[in-house]
Parts: sequence; structure tokens; C-alpha cells
Amino acid sequence: MVQASLDGILLGILFALIAYGMALQWGVMNIINIAQGDLVILGGYIAYTLFIGIDLTLRFKGIEIPIVIPPIHPAWGVIISPIIMYFVGVGLYKLVINKVVDRDLFISILATFGIAIVFQQLMNFIFGADVVVAQSEYGTTMLFDNSVTLPNSKIFAAVISVIYAIALVIYMKKSRLGRAIRATAQNARAAKILGVDTEKVYAATFGINAALCGVAGALIAITLTLHPYVGLPYTVRSFMIVIVAGLGNLPAVAISGMGLGLFEEFADYILGTEFRIGAVFMLLVFILVYRRFKLSKKREYLK
Amino acid sequence: MNAIKQKDLILYSGLIILGLAAPFLFSAFKVQLTYLCVLIVLAMTWNLQGGEMGYNSFGNILFYGLGMYLTASVQVGMFFPLAEWTESGGEKTFVHTTAQYFQGISVGLLVAAIVPTLVAGAIGYAILGLRGHYFAICTLGLGIAAGEIAGGIEIIGAGQGFTTPPFPAEIVDPEARGQFFYFLSFLVLVLAFVFVKYIYGSRFRLILNAIRDNEDKAEAMGIQTMKYKIVGWMCSAFFCGLAGGIMGGLIGYIDSTDVAFDGREMGVFMVLMAILGGKGTLWGPVIGATLFHFFKEGLWTFILGWQYVALGVLIVVIVVYFPEGLMGWLREKYPDRFGEVIDEKDRKAQVEIK
Repeated sequence: MVQASLDGILLGILFALIAYGMALQWGVMNIINIAQGDLVILGGYIAYTLFIGIDLTLRFKGIEIPIVIPPIHPAWGVIISPIIMYFVGVGLYKLVINKVVDRDLFISILATFGIAIVFQQLMNFIFGADVVVAQSEYGTTMLFDNSVTLPNSKIFAAVISVIYAIALVIYMKKSRLGRAIRATAQNARAAKILGVDTEKVYAATFGINAALCGVAGALIAITLTLHPYVGLPYTVRSFMIVIVAGLGNLPAVAISGMGLGLFEEFADYILGTEFRIGAVFMLLVFILVYRRFKLSKKREYLK
Repeated sequence: MNAIKQKDLILYSGLIILGLAAPFLFSAFKVQLTYLCVLIVLAMTWNLQGGEMGYNSFGNILFYGLGMYLTASVQVGMFFPLAEWTESGGEKTFVHTTAQYFQGISVGLLVAAIVPTLVAGAIGYAILGLRGHYFAICTLGLGIAAGEIAGGIEIIGAGQGFTTPPFPAEIVDPEARGQFFYFLSFLVLVLAFVFVKYIYGSRFRLILNAIRDNEDKAEAMGIQTMKYKIVGWMCSAFFCGLAGGIMGGLIGYIDSTDVAFDGREMGVFMVLMAILGGKGTLWGPVIGATLFHFFKEGLWTFILGWQYVALGVLIVVIVVYFPEGLMGWLREKYPDRFGEVIDEKDRKAQVEIK
């Protein structure tokens, strides 16, 4: 029990980080990104690549360019992965997302669903369909007379998530770009009139979101496992956290993230591992239906 | 008016003759044609609530998979113990006789049509209270949860899958199996088309359109929107269940996430086909499904291994650049031929009142 609770809370902090990115883009750009989970997994694979190193040779018109990067500790992925993912995010925005920002939400759902399929398949080609994990070799901590084993990597992941979340909050409050992002979220047209380059703000928002996914992915590579097709559950988890916590309410996001982590560990513990993902998706349905009944008493609906 | 009727008659009878003759004309492609019929049925019924009612569902795959499992389970369970069947991997220990096979599949299809309809009615009140993207995400979650849960239930094969009864060995004609499934799916297609066509000419469609355009106003006009929404969803579920039952028999093997509750393929295909052809039109989904099927079958073999990348890119391109679909585009280009039919008398009457 204590084991499941601690696991759940530490995992939940990680989910909250992904959900914060989701809330950011939903609030600012009014899109729902189904590819969120796949961005996370991509970030994880970047950390995994650092862990195994790169050793390949590019052949271009007879010239051979060897690319050799020695393997390093996967924890560096926490810094390198978001930097790469930021540019992936901005690139994705320039290619597709900028065309769906002002449109119906359903269009963004379908379009990002397409992106998710492309990402899954490309990751499958590049990294293979095996379940991989980047060994951090941090050891484990024993608590309560050795009745509870806690991998240090999970504690590391939770600490890094908290650091990134706090850094982001400070950045959003203090920096110029953060202020522009908040202004655009409040009223994009007014922000535009007052000289905010909303196009740039959107690109940066999506980039920051992707970078957060990169951090989360790198942490997942260390603590959990990676597989090209497990992106969608992460999307659904972050979506769930956002609808429970609301947009841009960081403490609520953190708490509901932990709650979700707890729920999952207990579902795993009680129902069995084969129903774990099913339980997450059913929880989503139940939360939505619960909120719908609660609001319909006041003759309102979820907006 | 009479001339148009006659033209329609020629068109429909031509299509039916073509449909009946198709398995003999292109006998090598019978399985593909069966697929096409099922895809058209799925696209058309998705359009009924996605296009007409404005409730974009990713969850119709739930009824499709449910129908698939139900048909196979009933077909086996009527004559043999289901648990032993799945444990032994199906056909090795038990063999259906010809009569048993056809009895089983007809009862199975009946159940597959009725139960998903009832399920849709039962969950409809809860789910259809959600609007817009919440509905889309909720149904997406429902479809995937169903797949994950079905993958954990032992009696229907859990993760190893479920072998549906093989076509009776007493019928020696090698063409018989393909023809049987083709005509079955063609029958369902004709039924679905007649039904959707009937709805297009009825008040029910206008109510669905009112819900799509502005649900609050529709409610204020005295329409019990929830009732019509549930009925609309049940109509889709009915045909999705039938289509799933046929596909289960045709494929011969049911896997929880890759065949039955295959949100990554069928679940997206039906949305995509309806959008490609044009949401909210009678012929749009039919044309969209046909185009999509030809495109898919033509391209899949050339880009083996890359099909999902192509599919993803296709989704993005269609959704971002072509959201109105083919019929929408035609409507804009040639409004006098494809536009909404305006009753001139009615319009004049309104002008006079002013």
C-alpha cells in the first residue's frame, strides 16, 4: 500500500509536468494536441539515444561522414532533450499547427491525431519496436525497514519535474515572452493590436510545450520504459489532469497529477496490470460524464 | 420533377445491377469489394451523427468491435462451449456443420445489430451531454478502453485473439465464401443507404441539423434534443454492429486492439472517409469511402512499411487543406448543380410576407 502510494505520487508529479504543457497550449492557442504523448516518447528516445550513443556513417556523393557520439549518462537528456524538442516543436508549428490554430477544435484533434500516427511510425522505424529503458544505475532507497523499495531514479525524476515546473512559472511571470504569452492567452486580438507578434508567441508556446514533453520524456526513459506506441495514454492522462484542474492553475495541476498517479498505481495493484491502461481511459470517461451531470443541474455544459 | 425521379431510378438500378454483378466481373477482388461495402456503411452512418448532428465521434469503433465479438461469440456459443473454443484456438476441436454455421451467423448478426444499439441508447444519455471536443475525446477514450478491456477478458481470447468459425468445409466451391460475405455486406450497404436516404428526406434530418447548427436554440424551439441525439447515435450503432459482425466473419480472426477495437485504423478511417467525401451530404461518404479505398489499396503495396506514415500525412493534408470535402468543394464550385435545393414557391411566399 505504502509502496503503491509513493510510486503513485512520484509518477503523478511527472504527469503533472506533461499536463502543464497541455494546459499551456490549450489555454494560449486553443488547440488540443493528441500528439502530446508522442512528443513525450520522442523526448524519451532522444535521452535513450544519448545513453546508447550514436555510431553511424553518412554516405553523400562518395564522401563518408562518420558521426560518432560517445554514450553518456541518460540524465543529461534532461537538459539536451528539451533543447532539441523545442526546435521540433517550433518546426511542427510552422508546418502544420499554425494552420489549425484559429479553426474548430475538432480539426486540431484530427490533425494532431495524424501527426501522432506519423510520429509513432517514424519512431518505430528509427528506434525499433522493442521496449527499451535507459539504465541510470542510481540504485534504490529502502524505507520503513526495507518494506518499501524506492528507485532513486523516480525521486530524481520528481525533483527535476518540480524544478522545471517552478522555473517555467517564474519565466512566465517575469520574462517579456512570458508576459506576451499570457497576454495572448487572455485576448489574442487585443495583444496583436498592442504590438505582440502572436505568430511568434504561438510558435514559442508550442516549442515550450514540446520542450516540457522532452524533459518528461527523458525522465520517463530513466524511470519507466519506452515504446513507440505508448504515446496516447500520456496524452489522455494530461488531458484528464487539465480538465480536472482547469487551465493554468499549477497547484491544482500538481495535485490532480498526483491523484491520477495514485489511482493508476492502485488500479494496477487491485485490477491487475492488463487493465491498467483500460482503467485510465475509463477514468477519463467517468470524469467527463461526472462533470457533465454536475453541470447539467445548472443547465450548463462543459465548454 | 418527374424527370429527376426517372434519372434517379436509372442511377439506382444501375448501381444495384453493378453491385450484384461486381463479384462475377471482378471475382479476384471479392474481398476488397466486401471491404468497400463495409467502409461505405461505416462512413455513411458516421456521417449521420458526425456530419448531420455535429457530434464528431471517434467511438463508433466501440459498436463495430462489439458487433464483431458478439457475432463470433454467438456463432460459437450456440453450439459449443465458448471457453473451450477459445482455449483450443477454435477450429481444431469443434467443427460447425453447414446448417449450424449459417444459423449461427444469422443469429449472431441479429444480436450484433441489436446489442450495440441498446448499448448506444444506454450510454447515450451520459455521453451525449458532452459537446464538441469533449465528446470527441470521451468517445476516443471509450473506444480505446473497450479494446484494452476486451484484451483482458479470458473467455473471448484475451490477448491471443479469437478465431471465428471457418466457413463450412462441406461447401466445396472455392468462390462461395467470398460471394457469401460480399452479398451479405452488399445487402447491409443497400439497407443502410435506403435508411439514410429515408432520413435525408425526413423531419428527423432537419432536427439533427438544428442540433448541429445551434443546440441551445433548437432546445429553445421545443425540440427534445437529447432524445433525438440518442436516436441518431443508435442508428449509427446499429449499422456499425452489423458491419463489425460481417468483418469478423470475413477476417476469420479477432484481435482486441488490432482488428476489433482498432481505433488507429477503422476508427479514424470512418471519420476520414466522411470528411474526404464531404460531411453532411448523402453521396459524400459513399464517394469518399470509394476514393479512400482505391487510394489505400493502390498505394499500400507500393509503400509497404510506410503506409502509416502516408496515412498520417493524408489525415493532416485532408483535415487542414480539404475540410469541406469533395461534395463541399463541388457545392462551392457549381452551386446551381450541387447546392441546396431551394423551394422557389416557399421563398417567394416569404418575400411577399415582408
